[in-house]
Amino acid sequence: MTDDFTPTPALATVTETQRKMLPFVLQLADTSLILAHRLSEWCGHGPILEQDLAMANIALDLLGEARSYYQYAAELEGQGRTEDDLAYLRPAVEYRNPLLVEQPNQDFAHTIVRQFLYDAFHYHLLLQLQQGPDAHLAAIAEKSVKEAAYHIKWSSEWLIRLGDGTDESRRRIEKAIRNLWRFGGELTMPTATEQTLQAAGLVPDYAALQQQINAHVARVFEEATLPVPENVFAQQGGKDGRHSEHLGYLLAELQYMQRTYPGMQW
Amino acid sequence: MPTEAHIWQLLEEVSDPEVPVLSILDLGIVRGVRLEGEQVHVTITPTYSGCPAMNTIATEIRLRLLAEGLTQVHIHNQLSPAWTTDWMSQAGRQKLEDYGIAPPVDGTATGHVLNLFGADTAVRCPLCKSTHTHLVSQFGSTACKAHYQCDDCLEPFDYFKCHA
Repeated sequence: MTDDFTPTPALATVTETQRKMLPFVLQLADTSLILAHRLSEWCGHGPILEQDLAMANIALDLLGEARSYYQYAAELEGQGRTEDDLAYLRPAVEYRNPLLVEQPNQDFAHTIVRQFLYDAFHYHLLLQLQQGPDAHLAAIAEKSVKEAAYHIKWSSEWLIRLGDGTDESRRRIEKAIRNLWRFGGELTMPTATEQTLQAAGLVPDYAALQQQINAHVARVFEEATLPVPENVFAQQGGKDGRHSEHLGYLLAELQYMQRTYPGMQW
Repeated sequence: MPTEAHIWQLLEEVSDPEVPVLSILDLGIVRGVRLEGEQVHVTITPTYSGCPAMNTIATEIRLRLLAEGLTQVHIHNQLSPAWTTDWMSQAGRQKLEDYGIAPPVDGTATGHVLNLFGADTAVRCPLCKSTHTHLVSQFGSTACKAHYQCDDCLEPFDYFKCHA
């Protein structure tokens, strides 16, 4: 994915505070990359052409966002690794994405619920990050939040359309909610690393974020005539590197080109 | 020796690979030009994070400047302030419409507000000029475009969407 750009001069020196952000930046990068990959698997298989394009567009936005984070992570790490090394040459246990985004595609309703849960978190997180103390991360967030606004609108509208649609769409969206709701909680459950960064004021407080997410979820579910699930058990582990078996298969496909032809570029 | 004004003139000749009627200056993505002796620094900002055209644009800037004998070119990618369609020139908007792509509606890109259930922007059909149109999808053929259809002449068309 190497660009024809000169590295941003502002990153020539990395402060100690910035360096502490490395695991969090990598977590953001992995999350965007893995969800982008899942969405891109729909390409050519969408239920209708316009929505096939929509999912490919969202995948592209997330991939671009992932690149910004990986480039920044590579700078923060300062070990000579590139964005490509970070995206393509780490094993599954080193990935820090939450379990939600690695869940395999099922039907369109399932993808909508996965996307809705992620968008509600992602959009509100970016709003916070663009106000944050890390100027480079804030710049990435300022760029990405404009794109995330299109995503949250899209997944919210589809949630409403399927929830308040036909008997069949209703049955499918309810099934998807039952299957995926347990993965939503991990997004705002801070890991030990996140807690340390939050205590230092470097990462937004997730309790406040959760309230904004809940308000959005409640508003959209009401329009969709769907009941918001009661608090359910939250499946965790991805952000600590304990993944479902699905991530291994995903990475096998995502990484095979770099692993088969090391260092290859377009 | 070239001047910065001369470099700006050369950049006017570099077009967006996906919307070739627009120069990169029309698009508003060139944020600065600086000369330091033989070194030319050009700062550009991406339209969308994943826009694959950005790399092509960087290469084309290099090639255009190389043709003038400028070999020491540094292209910087600047994320903040984030690109907005408000930076698109009036000439660029006219060129877009003439090309068959509805330009971003003036003034709607100022300030980012999540418009969840509000009405969609009224967009004028670039072919028959009717404003009796509807949004088909926020996501179109490229990241920067939405897909509309005219209710009068029935033509589907691209809308270069506002990016607040």
